[in-house]
Amino acid sequence: MKQLALEALDSAQRPGVTYADVRVIESRDRELGTKNGKPGQVSSDESAGIGIRVLADGCWGFAATDDLTRGGIESAAALAVDIARSSALAKKHDVTLAPEAKHEATWVSPCQIDPFTVSVEEQLSLLTAVDEELRRASGVTLAQTSMIFNRARQVFVSSIGSVIDQTRTTSGAGFEAFSFQGGQIQKRSYPNSFGGQHQLKGYELIHEIDLLKHAPLMAEEAVTLHSADQCPEGRFDLILDGSQLGLQVHESIGHPIELDRVLGSEANYAGMSFLTLDKLNHLRYGSDLVNAVCDARIEHGPGMGTFAFDDEGVPAQSADIIRDGQFVGYMTSRETAAAIGATRSNGTMRATSWARLPLIRMTNVSLLPGEQTLDEVFSGVSHAIYMETNRSWSIDDKRYNFQFGCEIGWEIKDGKRVRMLKNPTYSGITTEFWNSCAAIANRDHWVLWGVPNCGKGQPEQTIGTGHGASPARFHNIKVGAAYAG
Amino acid sequence: MPVESNRAEILSQSQSEELFGAVQKAAAALGVPEVEALFGAHFGALTRFANNTIHQNVAEQDRWLSVRVALDHRTARATTNRFDSDSIRRAVEQALALARSAAADPELLPLAEASAISETKRFDVATAAATPDHRGRAVAEAIRMVESAGQTAAGIYSTGQSIEALYNSRGVAAWHAETMAQFSITAMADDSSGWAKASAVSYESMDVLALARSAAEKARLSIDPAEIAPGRYTVILEPAAVLDLVGQMFGDFSATAVADSRSFLTDRLGKKLFGDNIQISDDVAHPLQAGVPFDGEGVPRRKLTLVEAGVPRELAYARSSAHRAGVEPTGHGFPLPNEVGEAPLNIVVAGGTTTVEEMIASTDRGVLVTRLWYIREVDPYEKIMTGMTRDGTFLIENGRLTRGLRNFRFNQGIIELLNNVEALSPSLRASGEEAFDMVVPAMKVRGFNFTEVTRF
Repeated sequence: MKQLALEALDSAQRPGVTYADVRVIESRDRELGTKNGKPGQVSSDESAGIGIRVLADGCWGFAATDDLTRGGIESAAALAVDIARSSALAKKHDVTLAPEAKHEATWVSPCQIDPFTVSVEEQLSLLTAVDEELRRASGVTLAQTSMIFNRARQVFVSSIGSVIDQTRTTSGAGFEAFSFQGGQIQKRSYPNSFGGQHQLKGYELIHEIDLLKHAPLMAEEAVTLHSADQCPEGRFDLILDGSQLGLQVHESIGHPIELDRVLGSEANYAGMSFLTLDKLNHLRYGSDLVNAVCDARIEHGPGMGTFAFDDEGVPAQSADIIRDGQFVGYMTSRETAAAIGATRSNGTMRATSWARLPLIRMTNVSLLPGEQTLDEVFSGVSHAIYMETNRSWSIDDKRYNFQFGCEIGWEIKDGKRVRMLKNPTYSGITTEFWNSCAAIANRDHWVLWGVPNCGKGQPEQTIGTGHGASPARFHNIKVGAAYAG
Repeated sequence: MPVESNRAEILSQSQSEELFGAVQKAAAALGVPEVEALFGAHFGALTRFANNTIHQNVAEQDRWLSVRVALDHRTARATTNRFDSDSIRRAVEQALALARSAAADPELLPLAEASAISETKRFDVATAAATPDHRGRAVAEAIRMVESAGQTAAGIYSTGQSIEALYNSRGVAAWHAETMAQFSITAMADDSSGWAKASAVSYESMDVLALARSAAEKARLSIDPAEIAPGRYTVILEPAAVLDLVGQMFGDFSATAVADSRSFLTDRLGKKLFGDNIQISDDVAHPLQAGVPFDGEGVPRRKLTLVEAGVPRELAYARSSAHRAGVEPTGHGFPLPNEVGEAPLNIVVAGGTTTVEEMIASTDRGVLVTRLWYIREVDPYEKIMTGMTRDGTFLIENGRLTRGLRNFRFNQGIIELLNNVEALSPSLRASGEEAFDMVVPAMKVRGFNFTEVTRF
């Protein structure tokens, strides 16, 4: 792979090319599932290819191919350069990159149990047992389970001399219990929606989340939701579980801090951001309790956004985003860092595959834990609504107005659950929401959640991101507008 | 083998046949009699612009072979993007090993038999051969148009080709090649924006400058947007807004989804659900449609009457769901194995005769919506969707557009919406971002439920 990458780099360095980088990737997936006791997805996928990015005549060009012969690579390199030169047909200025040192490294993500060495029989047997457990509950009309594993080895080389060999292994698993009755569809998922929990781990993740143990309660809740009261409409103190808060962080902190969005790169598709440059170090994003970081280092945890180097050869870093409620940082690339006068990229450029261009993507954008016990979060007010597990999510293209729905809600009185609520939703404006943060549970309850399906870019790239969060409480939040009719 | 200047298909029918021969040979060597191979190939190039400059400009080529074996009521799939004989053999071996590990499914059908598939010619050699310079010049012209209005342009111009082929050991031999071009543009003024998008088999069918002009005009007309209170309004949804919202329901026109009780059509098929003026079909052969004329098992797609005079009539059936229901498959199944079954993908919503201008002229007070964004399902059975308006939202007063509006969040049931349609424009091929391209009209709808307003 290294030899292929170096040959491609050599081929890309043509007259007028001032910078080039190459990524050669070999990836492998296994995807398994069940549905109502029968096999669902049972598949594997292998892919290999090369992506070549060049700066020529001050403009970017990128070409990717699955043809790894010498001729294929030379053609792709030539095409990348042609494309860059054609970009000059609509150029305002030459691209400038923030400086970065040359790096030579090999890194393999921690993986205690290689998921590809665990037999498919064992994996399907667990899923089948979970599926069976879900269907034990009378009223469950559809049970689905899934597991997905991926290993990708990437060799990155660049014209500044970097040679970086990284291998990442990710695992994910989860289940869903649906119940249809009386003209309503209710659902419970575990450990999260979107196919469960996803982390930069091996099969040990599957042991840790213990799907079988949690199946009976989830199945029972899916059925019981039909007889629960409709979540009321009004303003309430709101407590969110960690998985829902992780998605709230993703949508209302993670996306708006992408500096390419701020600068307009995504204006036609994913949108822009309310976090215009004048707001850096001047905006009160949240209450004093709110501290958020963008951290790709393994020290932060085994997240979907954990790596050693990003896809333009910048080492993984931790960057403060919100410090004591104040907005203090963006996620940057070498190009966008230079555009705002920063001395260095904070290393967030990632591509979904060899075929796609690296973009600024969330690494692990996490809300740091607070100091309160879980009991204090729940009992700190006399009356609140608690919501668990995302069911729907939507936010405007500048990331101000959001609305989320959850699978289940509970009315909380004096810290205790007093009644189950169905169809809970809440909505608000990003900065108002984070400024209403009144309590965040401590590190004992902090989990690095994985969101496997973050979309951005044209052509669209769907990538996994990480979000650490523990349950938290927010004051005076609008609840129930989605069903107000 | 990047083929930017190659007018031919990147994976020809004869190459596909040859590759399937290699798959069959590998399967025979392993004692596997039942084998299916799905071939795919894609070359796509996309020129992306923002801040009135080309900032991302890419091309990609990938080809893949996906092998499915079936034995003893077990099936599994293995995919590779390497076409050498060792990789093909390994893919067959992996599919076989996975299948042997899976539990038996007594309802698993043998592989499909061959059926006649109507040819759909959707390959435009000029679009397949479009160069970076071609896209760059077109983008530069569009930018100049928006810039001359004192605005900022962002968007994409893409061209490319896709091949999909399906062969199996029972004689299915289906191959389809298609080109596609897309142009999308957002024009931004200080506090407003406008948007336009089109897609076509041939780039010659798209008027890039007309799209740029339309986006710029919307941005100009919506400067200094006003905030009005959320509530129920008469809205005129332009075709892209219709497809992005109404498009969220077509996954439910699946026999498997109904059998699983996860479709809003559960217990509702054949009952009056929408207004009399709602007629929807699925028709891969429609002249404005695109797509493959066979499904994931090689069954030819047939036309479906999904909604007739407001009544949901037909569902899409894959072979397995059809077998369970005792009907013929409709050719809408996804490649096996999968959990979701099937879905219609070539939607044609019948239009009317009212132009958007006539809809505006007949509206005392309402809202014109160019585009919707981030649409998600709030309630799966009532089909309540939430999302935002974007890039061109206007107040209509006394029969004319009077000013731009700050964008709304909506929470709107699709069933209710399709009961409140007062007028339809003629249908056209439309392209959005939240659902696949469709043939749809603009719609004038009463009582659309805006629940919140955002800050811009």
